[in-house]
Amino acid sequence: MPIDPRSLRKRKNSESQFKALSYMAISVAGIFLVVFFADIIRQGYTAFMQTEIRANVTFSESILDDPRSALDKRLVPLVSRGVTRILPMQLRENPQLLGTTSEVWVLANAEVDQYIKNKPNRLKPKEIKLVDELVAEGSIKKVFNVGFFTNGDSKLAEMAGILSAAVGTIYLLGITFIFSFPAGVMAAIYLEEFAPDNRLMHIVEVNINNLAAIPSILFGLLGLAIFINFMGLPRSSALVGGLTLALMTLPVIIISTRAAIRAIPDSIREGALALGATHWQVVWDHILPLSLPGILTGTIIGLARAIGETAPLLIIGMVAYIQDMPRGLTSAATVLPAQIYVWSSESIRAFTERTSAGIIVLLVVLLSMNALAILLRNKYERKW
Amino acid sequence: MTTTYLAQYLFAGLLPLALFGYLLGRRKIRTQQDPNARYKASENLFGWFAVSKMLMPAVLISVIGSILDLFDLVEVPWTMLAAAILILGAGGIWIALRAIRPSLRVRTALEKTITRILLVASLISILTTIGIVMSIVFEAVHFFRIVNFWDFLTGTTWNPDAATIDDAGNIQPLFGSVPLFAGTFMITAIAMCVAIPVGLMSAICMSEYASLAVRRVAKPALEVLAGIPTVVYGFFAAITVSPLIVNLADKVGISADYTNALSPGLVMGIMIIPLVSSLSDDVISSVPQSLREGSLALGAYPAETIKRVVLPAALPGIVSACLLAVSRAVGETMIVVMAAGLQPNLSWNPLVGMTTVNVRIVDALTGDQAFDSPETLSAFGLGLVLLVLTLCLNIVSLTVIRKFRQRYE
Repeated sequence: MPIDPRSLRKRKNSESQFKALSYMAISVAGIFLVVFFADIIRQGYTAFMQTEIRANVTFSESILDDPRSALDKRLVPLVSRGVTRILPMQLRENPQLLGTTSEVWVLANAEVDQYIKNKPNRLKPKEIKLVDELVAEGSIKKVFNVGFFTNGDSKLAEMAGILSAAVGTIYLLGITFIFSFPAGVMAAIYLEEFAPDNRLMHIVEVNINNLAAIPSILFGLLGLAIFINFMGLPRSSALVGGLTLALMTLPVIIISTRAAIRAIPDSIREGALALGATHWQVVWDHILPLSLPGILTGTIIGLARAIGETAPLLIIGMVAYIQDMPRGLTSAATVLPAQIYVWSSESIRAFTERTSAGIIVLLVVLLSMNALAILLRNKYERKW
Repeated sequence: MTTTYLAQYLFAGLLPLALFGYLLGRRKIRTQQDPNARYKASENLFGWFAVSKMLMPAVLISVIGSILDLFDLVEVPWTMLAAAILILGAGGIWIALRAIRPSLRVRTALEKTITRILLVASLISILTTIGIVMSIVFEAVHFFRIVNFWDFLTGTTWNPDAATIDDAGNIQPLFGSVPLFAGTFMITAIAMCVAIPVGLMSAICMSEYASLAVRRVAKPALEVLAGIPTVVYGFFAAITVSPLIVNLADKVGISADYTNALSPGLVMGIMIIPLVSSLSDDVISSVPQSLREGSLALGAYPAETIKRVVLPAALPGIVSACLLAVSRAVGETMIVVMAAGLQPNLSWNPLVGMTTVNVRIVDALTGDQAFDSPETLSAFGLGLVLLVLTLCLNIVSLTVIRKFRQRYE
C-alpha cells in the first residue's frame, strides 16, 4: 500500500508537538523553581542588613522614669523602642554610668529601616525630612544584621530574630531522631530479614505504606489527643513536637531502610551463613554496615521533611510567641517553620522581609541536608 | 507527670542492674571453663544473655506500671514499683546464671530475644495507626453527640460562632460541612489541573525522550521542588501569587478576592508535580521494553507508541498515582491555611474566598475555646472525615500500584 505523504507529515508534526509538549512540562517546573527562588530572595535579602542611627545617650536619674529622655528629642520617634527599654536596665546594672554621655549607634525602628531600604513605610513627612537630614550628616548607616541570628522573636520587627526558633528546631530534630531512627531501622530489619510471611506482617506492610501517606495534620490531632490530653505532657513543648514528628518520620525511615537492605545481594548473606554465622550475626556484621549509607540517606531525607513540617505543630500549639530559647525538653519551644508562619501573619510590613529571610535560612538548611544525602548516595552507592 | 519521673528512676535503676548482670554472666562462664573444651560463643555473649533475661521482666512490669498510672486506675507508689522491678530483675539474673553452662546455646537464645525486640519495633507503626484512629474517633464521638451526624454531612452553613442553644434547648445545626468540602474539592481540582498534566508529561519526557544530561539536571530539580516546606509554598501563594491573580483579574475586568481559591490551588499543584512525576516515572519505566520495540518496529513514531501502547499499558499505575496525588492535595494544610480564606463559601467561582476542611481544623484548635467546646470538637469530626477519605484513596491507589508492578515483573 502506498504511503500518503500528507498523512506522514501530519504524523511527524504530531510527533514533534508531543515531544515539545513534554519538554515544556519540565520547563514549567524549572521556571517555577527559578521564579520562586528569585522572588523569595528579592523579598528577603534586605532583612540581612539593618539600619542604625548615631545618637548621644545620656544616663541621668530621669531615664528610670522616662527612658526616652536619654536621647535627643528629635531622634526618639526614629529609634527602636527596644533600645530605650534596655537603657534603665543598663543603668541599674552599672550605677557608675550615671551622669555620663556616650555616642553610640542604636537600632532604628522598623519604619525608618523600611524607608532606608526604599520599601513602603508609615513615616510622616516631617520624619522623612529628618531622616534625610541624618543620612546627609552620615548619622545613619546600614550594617549587617547580627541581631537576626542572635535574637529571639520580638513584637518589634527590628528586634526579631531566629535564634530561639533555630535552637527549638535542633531540640525537636534531636528528639525526632532519637525516637524514630532506632525504631525505624529495627522495624525494617525485622520486616526484611526475619519476618515470617503471614497475615500480620502483611498488615504491617500495608499499614506502613498507608501511614506514610496520611495527611500530616492528622498526626497533629494524634499528638494533641494522646501526648497532651491523655499523657499530660506539656503543651507546645519540644518533647511533644518531637514525638509527633518521630511518628511521622518513622514510615519514611522504614521504607528507605528496607530498600537499602533489599539492595544487598543474597550472596553476602549466604556466604556468611555458610561460614556458620547466625542470622543476627549476618545482619549485624554484614547487612547493616553495607546498607548504612542507604539508611543514612533515607534518614536525612526523612528528617529534612520533618524540619519543614508545620501543620502538626500548629495543632499541638507550637505557634506560641516565644522569645527565649527552650531550657529543656518540656519547656515551650518554637521551630523555624512555625516562626515563619507567625511572622507571615503579622500585619506590620517589616515582618514580610523577616519572613522571607527566615525562609531563606530554612531553605539553605534543607537544601544542604538534601545535598548531603545526594552526596552520600553518590559516594557510597555500589552496584553489586 | 509521674510517668516521666518513673522513667528516670527506672533508667537509673536498670542500668547498674544490667551492668551487674552482664559482669556476673561473664564471670559464671569463666569459672566453669574447661581449658580443653571448645566453646560455642564468646564470654561476652553470656553476659548479654544474663542482661536479656533480666530486662524482660523488668521492662514488662514497668510498662504495666506506667499504663496503670496513665489510666489513673491504680496509683502505684514509685518506690514499690522500683522495688518490684529490681527484685524481678535480680530474679531474672538468677535464672540466667543457673542456666549458664558451657553447653548452653547462647547465640540461639539471644537471637530469640533480639527477634522479639525487632518484632515489637515493627509493630509501632500499627500502634501509631490505631492511635490516630482511636484519638480521632474518640473525640469525634463527643462531637457527634452534640451535632447530628447527618446535619454535619449535609448542612450548607458552617458558622460555629453562632452555634447557640435555642429556646427549646436544641443546638442550631450550624456545623454543615458541605461548604468546607466544596472548598477542599475546588482547590484540589485546581491543583490536579496543574499537577497531573505537567507531572505526567515530565515523567514521559524523562523516561522516553530526555537525554542523560537533561535527566541529570531535571531529576534533582524536581526533587528540590518536593523538598520545599509547605509553609514556604503557603507564604509564596499568599504574598506573591494572590496579588498577581487579583491584578490580572482586575485587568480583565473581573473582581477577585485576595484569599481566592485559585492561588493556593495553583501553588499546591506545583507542589504535587514531583509526586506525580516520580510515581508515573516508576510506572512508565516498568512497562516492558518489548512492547515499545514491537510498536516501533511496526513503524510507529515514539509519540504514537507512548500514546497508544505505553500509556494504556501503564494506565492503572498512572491512575493510582493520581489518586495518591489527590489524597496529598486533600490533606495539605499549610498552603490553604495561609492562602485560602476563613469564610466558608459555596461557589463555583475560583476567584472568591473559600475555606477548606484543613483550615477549619487548624482554626478550631488554635483558637482559645475550651477543649470540650463544640467548635474545638468539630476539628475531630472534620479530621475523621479527612482520615476516612484519604485512607480510602491511599488504600485503593497503593493496592493498584502493587498489582500493576506484579503484572510486569
